[in-house]
Amino acid sequence: MASKNKLNSNTPDGPVTEKWENYKGHVPLVAPNNKRRIDVIIIGSGLAGASAAASLGELGYNVKVFTFHDSPRRAHSIAAQGGINAAKNYSNDGDSVYRLFYDTIKGGDYRAREANVHRLAEVSTEIIDQCVAQGVPFAREYGGLLENRSFGGVQVSRTFYARGQTGQQLLIGAYQALSRQIALGSVKMYNRHEMLDVVVIDGQCRGVIVRNLLTGQLERHGAHAVVLCTGGYGNVFYLSTNAMLCNTTAAWRAHRRGAYFGNPCYTQIHPTCIPVSGDYQSKLTLMSESLRNDGRCWVPLHSDDVKKHPNDIPENARDYYLERRYPAFGNLVPRDIASRAAKTECDNGKGVGPTGLAVYLDFADAIKRLGKSTVEARYGNLFEMYEKITGDNPYEVPMRIYPAVHYTMGGLWVDYELMTTIPGLYAAGEANFSDHGANRLGASALMQGLADGYFVLPYTIGAYLSKEIRTGPISTNTPEFDKVEKDVLDRIHQLTAVQGSQSVESFHRRLGKIMWDKCGMARNAEGLKEAITEIRELRHEFWKDVFVPGRRDEFNPELEKAWRVADFLELGELMCEDALHRNESCGGHFREEYQTPEGEALRDDKKFMYVAAWEWRGADAKPELHKESLDYEEIKVTQRSYK
Amino acid sequence: MKLTLKIWRQGGKYNGEFVTYKLDNVNEHMSFLEMLDVLNEQLIEKREEPVAFEHDCREGICGSCSMVIDGRAHGPMQGTTTCQVHMRHYKEGDTIVIEPFRAKAFPVIRDLVVDRSAFDRIIQSGGYISVNTGQAQDANAIPIEKDQASRAFDAAACIGCGACVAACPNASAMLFTSAKVSHLALLPQGEVERKRRVLAMVAQMDAEGFGKCSNVTACEAECPKEISVSNIARLNREYLAATLAGELT
Repeated sequence: MASKNKLNSNTPDGPVTEKWENYKGHVPLVAPNNKRRIDVIIIGSGLAGASAAASLGELGYNVKVFTFHDSPRRAHSIAAQGGINAAKNYSNDGDSVYRLFYDTIKGGDYRAREANVHRLAEVSTEIIDQCVAQGVPFAREYGGLLENRSFGGVQVSRTFYARGQTGQQLLIGAYQALSRQIALGSVKMYNRHEMLDVVVIDGQCRGVIVRNLLTGQLERHGAHAVVLCTGGYGNVFYLSTNAMLCNTTAAWRAHRRGAYFGNPCYTQIHPTCIPVSGDYQSKLTLMSESLRNDGRCWVPLHSDDVKKHPNDIPENARDYYLERRYPAFGNLVPRDIASRAAKTECDNGKGVGPTGLAVYLDFADAIKRLGKSTVEARYGNLFEMYEKITGDNPYEVPMRIYPAVHYTMGGLWVDYELMTTIPGLYAAGEANFSDHGANRLGASALMQGLADGYFVLPYTIGAYLSKEIRTGPISTNTPEFDKVEKDVLDRIHQLTAVQGSQSVESFHRRLGKIMWDKCGMARNAEGLKEAITEIRELRHEFWKDVFVPGRRDEFNPELEKAWRVADFLELGELMCEDALHRNESCGGHFREEYQTPEGEALRDDKKFMYVAAWEWRGADAKPELHKESLDYEEIKVTQRSYK
Repeated sequence: MKLTLKIWRQGGKYNGEFVTYKLDNVNEHMSFLEMLDVLNEQLIEKREEPVAFEHDCREGICGSCSMVIDGRAHGPMQGTTTCQVHMRHYKEGDTIVIEPFRAKAFPVIRDLVVDRSAFDRIIQSGGYISVNTGQAQDANAIPIEKDQASRAFDAAACIGCGACVAACPNASAMLFTSAKVSHLALLPQGEVERKRRVLAMVAQMDAEGFGKCSNVTACEAECPKEISVSNIARLNREYLAATLAGELT
């Protein structure tokens, strides 16, 4: 078992278009009577976690789900706005599984694994069927059939949506399916429990240590397999569109126990977010990409006009820079490109608003063309949200937007079966690195989370669990559980023992600033080297001077935050290492040294067409790089162009 | 601006009391929760325990934030969660009273944090359509009239925050429960389990210790997603129909 090459992607043989079908036909199964004897732990209850838990519970496994929230329905998937892609071709506009596959590979700047992406495109259609059957109220046409719209980086309309609350509706669907399994007794739900470590016995993942957040007590839970569905790590930047509690702890703890971290530097900066307004700011709010279907991005043509009221700037003094630079895709270029273009305009002194770090997203033309009521029907709730936050009415004044950290394509390295480099430990949804390469297309995160949970993991986990049917129950009364629990307890003691003078929040804010300035939308070698030194110093300062109020054995949100920030401090350094080693630009990773004369990302396929999977070597040691080379059999690799 | 905050503290060194805090550097662009962040940073600086409150997305969709502000669940703005209230709606010298949601079925955990797991158990009792993964037919096999789908969405927009319970003088969970009953009763997919669902969910709601509905309609007024009380009327019809059907068989 341990002899398996750790970076073998275990991609099945055969043509890309047939791999998944062949795999499903030959994967070992676990008989119903044996499933009852198998325990699976799932960490996280978002789209990937809830859908995996419900599906595995339906299959007959004994499932335990842990979430740090007060209810599984709070997971951050709930905040996804725009939609979910599927190759249904209901629009009859030339879509197909192949085209969704192709768009996703190209959108990811040829840095994703072909076989995984093709599988994702294949199962995309089943997701929509499943969600409709659960009662997800997708948008419909007058004929009663499902409606579609378009998203960035594609030329078809394949995005299904439920007003501006698609993530909410999909999560509620998965949450209800999960609730049904909880009622049936196949899933046991642990709210307000946070996973703080994984336990590995003889090279296999055998359970977790969790902290009951109400009492502070540590608990041991054993299982034959553990699945991390713990989302992304965008909050390493402090300010992001992620919810406040999103964190890297579960994934990072697994990394420290031997799971390799894939492409940590691939971060998605979303082009349309409400700009930062002050240093008290706690988070940033996304304005859905769907707005670019009808909104037009522009800045004043002349930098003298940036302080003028936008409605006083005549048409011929505006620069619709996306339409000018990318006529084929216009305002619907992929996110990485739209974000960089906005930054370029602001860097050139064309930025608007009080800080000069914003561009306009204008709906005047759409309102003229479609009427206010149609625009309201499409985007009403987003306009309302914008007005609540900014006090401006976007029906009358163009929105001001700026890019913000939104999603992390990087994550735990997994093979074709979604297994990490620790046998028996899986990662699904945003927590893994697998499907989006160096840039994710809009409306693909919901697709991937649900694909992994409903349709991939329930098949692939059987391959491993079929070998576990004779193992018997996993005891937690072992030296390995003793050791890991003691490690966790020691770390909690350390955090509360420092009793320094600075708040957890202040460290997080400083880390975020280093990351945004030096490992954000544009990076260079010099800045990244500085960042690594600064983050390391900050981490040492944290462990000498952080102040965590309250006790260990009680409900203590500051202690929870301290643990999470301590993990972010280690992750931030790894992200900079990864960004520094990748001497090319691709997707969301833009190294200033590597760009075309027009300012587009310049890849180096000869040297960097691989997944960087990093192995933990200790807090002050250099991580070790492993490479999984990416071989494209089906798709011809070219320079990405949206012109 | 300068503000005075009277905040309910419970747990740790507090047995349950209002504590007064002065805050003097509040910016009008801050959100309400960012204002509380500033307070907590000040408390931490003074080595006091910060005020515990629940929050996560800060975009008005996760349903975590749950406080009563000056007597109103989620504060002064119509159709708005606490996290989306901004300080531009307050003025220099204001005093703001902040309490947890108060209901027997929502025990206080600490300060402004309450236990809303009763809502999860109501959903577990029947708030779903029983379809296993992989059993679904093609998504377009059953057309659903656009307005009907839209009404189902209106009910499904509930974020499970519990403001309806906090606003109700009886601490009734009828708006929450009826929103889920309506969402699923309005869709053809929900038809098969329609009767069983409403009976089970109402039974669970009663078992959790929520009060009865006496048509005050404060729930609708305070609901951050503006869920309509017409859902309660629909629940009553569904319940009656299910009860009668039960007696006939």
